[in-house]
Amino acid sequence: MAILQIKNLHVTVETEQGTKEILKGVDLTIHSGESHAIMGPNGSGKSTLAYTIAGHPKYTVTEGEILLDGEDVLDMSVDERARAGLFLAMQYPVEIPGVSVSNFLRTAKTAISGEAPALRTWIKDVRGAMDALKMDNTFTERNVNEGFSGGEKKRHEILQLELLKPKFAVLDETDSGLDVDALKIVSEGVNRAKEANDFGLLLITHYTRILKYIKPDFVHVFVAGKIAEQGGPELADRLEAEGYDRYVKA
Amino acid sequence: MTTSNATIPVQHGMAEHSHGAGVPVQTRSERLRSANVADFAPISRREEQYRYVTSEQLAGLDADSLDEYMGDISIKHPEGVTTAWVGSDHPSFGGAGLPEDRPSAAAWGSAEQAYLVTIPGDATAECEVQIGINSDSDSPSALHMIIEAKPFARGTVILDHKGAAVLGENVEIIVGDEADITVISIQDWDTASVHNSAQFAKLGRNSKLRHLVVSLGGKTVRVSTSAEFTQPGGDVELLGMYFADAGQFLENRLYVDHAVPNCKSRVTYKGALQGEKAHTVWVGDVLIRMAAEGTDTYELNRNLLLTEGARADSVPNLEIETGKIEGAGHASASGRFDDEQLFYLQARGINEREARRLVVRGFLNEIIQKIGNEEIESRLSASIEAELERSGS
Repeated sequence: MAILQIKNLHVTVETEQGTKEILKGVDLTIHSGESHAIMGPNGSGKSTLAYTIAGHPKYTVTEGEILLDGEDVLDMSVDERARAGLFLAMQYPVEIPGVSVSNFLRTAKTAISGEAPALRTWIKDVRGAMDALKMDNTFTERNVNEGFSGGEKKRHEILQLELLKPKFAVLDETDSGLDVDALKIVSEGVNRAKEANDFGLLLITHYTRILKYIKPDFVHVFVAGKIAEQGGPELADRLEAEGYDRYVKA
Repeated sequence: MTTSNATIPVQHGMAEHSHGAGVPVQTRSERLRSANVADFAPISRREEQYRYVTSEQLAGLDADSLDEYMGDISIKHPEGVTTAWVGSDHPSFGGAGLPEDRPSAAAWGSAEQAYLVTIPGDATAECEVQIGINSDSDSPSALHMIIEAKPFARGTVILDHKGAAVLGENVEIIVGDEADITVISIQDWDTASVHNSAQFAKLGRNSKLRHLVVSLGGKTVRVSTSAEFTQPGGDVELLGMYFADAGQFLENRLYVDHAVPNCKSRVTYKGALQGEKAHTVWVGDVLIRMAAEGTDTYELNRNLLLTEGARADSVPNLEIETGKIEGAGHASASGRFDDEQLFYLQARGINEREARRLVVRGFLNEIIQKIGNEEIESRLSASIEAELERSGS
């Protein structure tokens, strides 16, 4: 049983107007097997939370801590965090020209496990996960994210989630830009991976529609850099009906 | 990729410059060509050819005369291919072009004999000729090579430069009618070596040349490649790949002369730079003459700057004298290593060093994959690995 703790997290970012505080004291605890949805209006700091957990250099933590099974995550480099079991499915994954998906996946798997995967089972695993996500076999020959459609990028992120088997997964607006069919396929992939590996899930989203497919145990409403309200799945239903106006005006 | 630390492309003729004895040359075609070194003025920054390189960097290769190259030349070739040392009275000597700058002319006049490699017309695509230039001397010397592909010939010629050298070299590539050949020139010298290589290609009717320049090792490596179409239907692909470390100067100059109709040219050069005073130069001149209707040309140069303190100059020049063409374009960009790529790879557990290598390898792979020969591709991949290893990235 693993545990991810975020305590009183304050984060700033450098802008042209100077230093700006985005996160203003976030407290959140996630256990293995739990699904947490973070919902909030644009600009509330949801993505900043995701990228701060992953260690993006753009964000500076000024106060607070992030602990993974008691270990100080903020002290780790980006790759150390990934190897410790943190995974971020990105909203805008970058292109890496000349690097094939197959080479990338194998390199990442080798880095996370500390040894190269046995070839035969690895190819089977990759094929199986790709079939389930309805991805064509030739996909692995393409260069990472190069010329991918929005839907292909998201499937590729979830493919990595399935193959890399993290302890905690942060999904940053994985539902954005997907049509209903693709949303279903991607959601099923997340549920499948979660069932198989029992990771803790932090699902960041603006809309409630993905929550029809991925059922959260907890819902947190994120406003102006911190959690304004939290509850069970019923909170998502209320947001669906009422929107964020109540929080934004307050 | 954003443009940074690179010169802004300047259309030839628009920048302030002069040629020869103060007479401005308006078009690329009017640049002086001569086998006689005395026709060329001493190296000066005011001349376009020497805008980036100094006489000091050329370490004597711009002198009036050089010694003949006496180092080792090894050759491996299948039956049917012939080799011979020939004098300047041989009909193939000067068959592909004439020097356009002083170091090339100095080497031309100093090499009394040329090493002629002839690929017969019945040679097939499997025909592979390996020429190793394994030098072990740091006194300036001159070498003249001629690669002659007879009409209908197929094959690949690899020039492999290694060791310690201060070498002025001219390589003539004569591509006969309907011939289809690949020439690969690898510069993998010791760190102190200096190399000025002028490579001239002349293409016959419906012939095809794929030419690849790989510059990895050497203090100063300057390769000028020119391609001239003499008959319609020619197709030339000029590829290049370079990796400059701290203190290295790697220059590539290209000139494609579309003088006849319906020929095609593609120029694709990619370079990676790393370390203090790593400097690369790419100048791509394409001339489409009045008669060259139906020309189809595109040139591209991309540079990846891995660290601060490196400098990439990239200057495409496209000169068009007729509007009746299929297409003509160029692209040039030099960008810093993309931190978002690094973040993405690291977020998948790959450490920074390995992530950088993956990106660089990927960047240069585009060139290697165009060779279409697995054995050579894997050899070049290994060379890049060694380069990445050496530079400690």
